[in-house]
Amino acid sequence: MLNVSIYRYNPEVDSEPYMQDFEFDTQGKDIMVLDVLEKLKIQDPTLVFRRSCREGVCGSDGMNISGKNGLACVTPLSEAVKKNNLVIRPLPGLPVIRDLVIDMSQFYAQYEKIQPYMINNTPAPAIERLQSQEERAKLDGLYECILCACCSTACPSFWWNPDKFIGPSGLLQAYRFLADSRDTATEARLANLDDPFSVFRCHGIMNCVQVCPKGLNPTKAIGHIRDMLIRTAT
Amino acid sequence: MANIRTMTFDAVIVGGGGSGMRAALQLSQSGYKTAVITKVFPTRSHTVSAQGGITCAIASDDPNDKWQWHMYDTVKGADFIGDQEAIEYMCQTGPEAIFELEHMGLPFSRTEEGRIYQRPFGGQSKDFGKGGQAARTCAAADRTGHALLHTLYQGNLKNETTFLNEWFAVDIVKNSDNAVVGVVALNIETGETVYVKSKATVFATGGAGRIYASTTNAHICTGDGIGMTLRAGFPVQDIEMWQFHPTGIHGAGTLVTEGCRGEGGYLVNKDGERFMERYAPNAKDLAGRDVVARSMVLEILEGRGCGPDGDHVYLKLDHLGEETLNAKLPGILELSRTFAHADPVKEPIPVVPTCHYMMGGIPTNVNGQALTVDDDGNDHVIEGFYACGEAACVSVHGANRLGGNSLLDLVVFGRASGMFIEQQLREGIDLKDASEADIEAAMVGLNQLNDSTGGENASVLRAELQTIMQNYFGVFRRGDFMQEGIAKLAALRPRIKNVALGDKSNAFNTSRIEALELQNLFEVAEATAITAEARTESRGAHAREDFQERDDVNWLCHSVFFPSDKRVGKRSVNFKLKTREAFEPSIRTY
Repeated sequence: MLNVSIYRYNPEVDSEPYMQDFEFDTQGKDIMVLDVLEKLKIQDPTLVFRRSCREGVCGSDGMNISGKNGLACVTPLSEAVKKNNLVIRPLPGLPVIRDLVIDMSQFYAQYEKIQPYMINNTPAPAIERLQSQEERAKLDGLYECILCACCSTACPSFWWNPDKFIGPSGLLQAYRFLADSRDTATEARLANLDDPFSVFRCHGIMNCVQVCPKGLNPTKAIGHIRDMLIRTAT
Repeated sequence: MANIRTMTFDAVIVGGGGSGMRAALQLSQSGYKTAVITKVFPTRSHTVSAQGGITCAIASDDPNDKWQWHMYDTVKGADFIGDQEAIEYMCQTGPEAIFELEHMGLPFSRTEEGRIYQRPFGGQSKDFGKGGQAARTCAAADRTGHALLHTLYQGNLKNETTFLNEWFAVDIVKNSDNAVVGVVALNIETGETVYVKSKATVFATGGAGRIYASTTNAHICTGDGIGMTLRAGFPVQDIEMWQFHPTGIHGAGTLVTEGCRGEGGYLVNKDGERFMERYAPNAKDLAGRDVVARSMVLEILEGRGCGPDGDHVYLKLDHLGEETLNAKLPGILELSRTFAHADPVKEPIPVVPTCHYMMGGIPTNVNGQALTVDDDGNDHVIEGFYACGEAACVSVHGANRLGGNSLLDLVVFGRASGMFIEQQLREGIDLKDASEADIEAAMVGLNQLNDSTGGENASVLRAELQTIMQNYFGVFRRGDFMQEGIAKLAALRPRIKNVALGDKSNAFNTSRIEALELQNLFEVAEATAITAEARTESRGAHAREDFQERDDVNWLCHSVFFPSDKRVGKRSVNFKLKTREAFEPSIRTY
């Protein structure tokens, strides 16, 4: 039997959070962590977590799995179980609403701050705006972000300054628009980020890269933004 | 007394997927106070899982492509019960809607000329079926839904749409004129119940693939809009028409895009035979999805399935080469490695037909206005009520949807609904206020659930429901089996009505939501079952062993399911095109 230890907290009944242990029969199968949670919820319907697509594209079920942030639906037990223990906690650093569900308002607020939409006020052509394959290739590794918050909640700089440091996810998206040949607001975007906190709190710890379930590299994108900021300053 | 708070908007959209956000964007852009009620954060909606693309004649791959050819393919794909007026509108306005998305920033893949990349998809032809395979499906690699959904969310942020994220719409509020004047909704985080009042209520609530045990659909696809519509006494149309996608990953159910076959992949049986050449000599693996799914099931039933249990077939991609796969199908490589433990660069993916899409839904006209039908077969608009996207049946997919047409449907008709409501709001909408009793009527179900004491576990009941649907209403159907299935569902109804709610907490209570979702699933399942039994023919996705032929004399029409007396009626298909003569029904071969 697998020992599953889960962070529990219901603000209506619990004065403080606690870890609850469950016994779980995997029947020898290497299933996903989300499958375990779904089965445990039949046993204990008060267990609360978010989930939607169950295939790693919607970003609902980011959680801390045996010490590492990841998506429950694409993390198999073979990667997550250590010495027959599976420990599941909410993503760290943001307020917990209940059990594994965190309040992501601060995370979303940072995303909104970078103006995550195309800005191009030139008259649009009757067809699409043309973009070369090389220009489009610059967006690969950027647009795929699923806003799961695994990266930002693994980042010590974000833990310390969640209100001022944009965080890896927001900055990856900031660079996605800076890198887009169709966007014309580069200067304004850079000005918006040009302060000691928004970008420069990144200390290159690279936790974000390590945990991103989509294999994206926010640190690299942040490096590009830094270069652009330094270039405009000189 | 319905002692709850009221929030008032010009328009309220229920559902934050592609169609809902496109409708919301239209209204927010015009300055109307618009709210989106969504049970998950918008980018977690199921549109995000769409992979292969959005089919539209933008004439990038072929400068001579014509939207009329796309229209022909769609009419044929629908097995002739798609409304031709709606299909014409979709195919004609499609390019405009696609270019708008591109201008909003959607990161489409590109051709060497810098235009939007288009790939071949099933059922797409040139020159009205005479010019061979067309490449008409616009793509952002194999993550088109993700790219589209995020772009629409970003557009709504820019235009300051109000989002009621993680709110669940419980039931429709009707006034004394039987017009829709909003919904009762539940804030999942706090448990607060609110009357969300609106002059226009748009259901963009998506599909209900979770009525089946094996589905490509997300956990959240529970047909909430259909459930609410039926509980309010309004009908649904063509609800027996369920698409089984040929390539769901065996065991996991996760989708493998048709784009794989568009890029040159093909299906093989245990003998390594490319069997689609036998069933569809011309289009082969790119025949209509219903045709391919049935062929696969026949291969399996006739003992040519793969694996130790012979219960699936293989999708072969390795001959395309690693470079192409990385560039064109990166998401598929990831999904297959994760869920099938198969690396498509080296080995085939085990696949099986899997429930994928609800062709039926809330009947609407091209403006998104929801309809009901009187005893003489005349349409009547339900005041204040609109639907778009998968929840709606406008109907552009008829008995079988073509790949890439769902994203086009949701963009085109989300936009059309928004534009029509915009115009209505400008002209002035005057609906009677709901009375206290009207609001209370929409809270009956929720109150019953909250007061429940005994009952069975929602997950257990859900599994039972899904098994019934899978066994009795799958790819092939038979009258006597279906009657058995209907009886089983009837026995399940009181048990589901009495579902247990052990957790009465108000803090992010997902048990309460799952119980409500289960009740919605049940409504969809029952409507599907009764209508499927009533349609005594085979057409599109509805394949009956006891009625193997298409019956144009009796069934060249929509089915309409009326919930009050569980009656199945008929509604005429629209054959009135604005730009040309209608396409006459013909034998459908690929």
